[in-house]
Amino acid sequence: MRAYLSDRMGAALLMAPLLLFLVLAYAWPFLGVVKWSFTLPTPGLGQYNALLTDQLVQSVFIRTLRIAAIVTIVSVAAAYAITVVWVRGTPVQRVVAEFCILVPFWISVLTRAFGWVALLSNRGLINTWLQAVGFISEPLALVRNEFGVIVGMTHFLIPFAVFPLASSMRSLDDRVLLAARGLGSSRMRTFWSVFVPMTRSGIIGSALIVFVFSLGFFVTPAILGGGRSVMIAELIYLRIFQSPDWGLGAAISVVLVLFVGALMALLFRYIRPKQLV
Amino acid sequence: MPTYRPGPVSLVLAALVALFLLLPLLAVIPVSLTPSRMLAMPSGELSLRHYRALIEDPRWINSILLSIRIGVVSSAFSTVLALCFGLGVWMFQPRFTAALVGFVLLPMVVPPVVSAITLYFLLTSISGFSSFFGYDTWLGVAMAHAVMTVPFATVLILVSLSQLDRRIDLAARGLGATVWERATRIIMPNIKFGIVTAALLSFVLSWEEIGVTLFITSVNAITLPRLMWMGLRDNIDPAIAALSVILIVITVLVLVARSVVVRLRAAQ
Repeated sequence: MRAYLSDRMGAALLMAPLLLFLVLAYAWPFLGVVKWSFTLPTPGLGQYNALLTDQLVQSVFIRTLRIAAIVTIVSVAAAYAITVVWVRGTPVQRVVAEFCILVPFWISVLTRAFGWVALLSNRGLINTWLQAVGFISEPLALVRNEFGVIVGMTHFLIPFAVFPLASSMRSLDDRVLLAARGLGSSRMRTFWSVFVPMTRSGIIGSALIVFVFSLGFFVTPAILGGGRSVMIAELIYLRIFQSPDWGLGAAISVVLVLFVGALMALLFRYIRPKQLV
Repeated sequence: MPTYRPGPVSLVLAALVALFLLLPLLAVIPVSLTPSRMLAMPSGELSLRHYRALIEDPRWINSILLSIRIGVVSSAFSTVLALCFGLGVWMFQPRFTAALVGFVLLPMVVPPVVSAITLYFLLTSISGFSSFFGYDTWLGVAMAHAVMTVPFATVLILVSLSQLDRRIDLAARGLGATVWERATRIIMPNIKFGIVTAALLSFVLSWEEIGVTLFITSVNAITLPRLMWMGLRDNIDPAIAALSVILIVITVLVLVARSVVVRLRAAQ
């Protein structure tokens, strides 16, 4: 009994600092934000009502969902293509694929967004080159619009989409593929009717991760959207710092957390977390 | 060893994706060498003036030093907290472990912008009492970064603990070691690689943190990413290209060194 008590004491003493820190520095201020959403500027449900009626807020929500959906489909498809080679390629192919996945993964979001500005802006690499060759006379608008946002976000999210896909491809039994080939199925057919269905859990996991990440994305849309293609996260920023309307910013945050929470619950219900990593 | 290799179609598609992933990183190189004061491709001569600006302009130096200071403090803080928490979980396996770990991981899964507004609320509240530990102070930024990095440190430490053989600890316990001795002389030496990795990752995450930093700083605590952000939003400063090239080169070197070390170890 004494040993049991001292065990509990020891656990409590070791775990307390971190738990206390996060309660004070994260959980408590989050409740403060929730309070803002109900009290600023006037107490009541006014801010949530505004979410349902305000045209601007609604158009931002719809744009965010649309961009997130496009980015999810493109990122997962692109990640799938490179993961196949990373997991199942020859040793040399694997090293190259790993390098192409990990280098962007470790480079900061700002540098990567800036790289796209350098490529896509009016005086950037692509427009300069196309004009020099004579394909176009006026620079193409590739950035400061939704196109630029989608390209930049896809680039950021591909490495994140790779990891769940890689784990589902690694656990796949080769003999099944060889059996399909042995039974006379073509390479294409083996890929589409055996390989892809068997990696379904990885596809769902990676799609949900990318979708959830895209919903709260801030830096890339703010830089590559140039203020014209505002997404939810940037709207929260603008409501806090530019047109001080803390209540609305807080209400949008609360809705975003609830939405993401529901998606995560879905994720854990359909796929065991073990299968994700 | 997979016997089923990707075919030519897969290889071509993967090569296109690889090109897409590397292109923006390569594009910053010519921009960084432009002699122009604005973002442009160099036409004719090349110049290193933007690299020189990084060394000569005190704003860049000050931001780099500030980012290092914040990174070291927040990484030390979050690694120590994560280590204690991990030791508690591993040695005592308390009830509700899953729920407690889930709570600790929240800042990692909640959308960063929500964490940002939460930490903004926290630091502006603290500013009411203290002028050196609230909104727009380096200590405030370090604390906010610790909140954001501690879930990652915790995951790494829990993972390396889960690979540790419990019988070593049981033997120490059977021989009469106290909790303190078990933690410091048995467990920690065995997970030192995990602890170092947690500290390094926390530092890197703090070093490049921008989403939260934007919400909690204005004019005083300008970290390096915050300064880059200012240069990106207004008039694009090619010094950012020079800085990006340096950061990309460092990243590539570290990754290559790491894979060489891994391969040498595997060969032994």
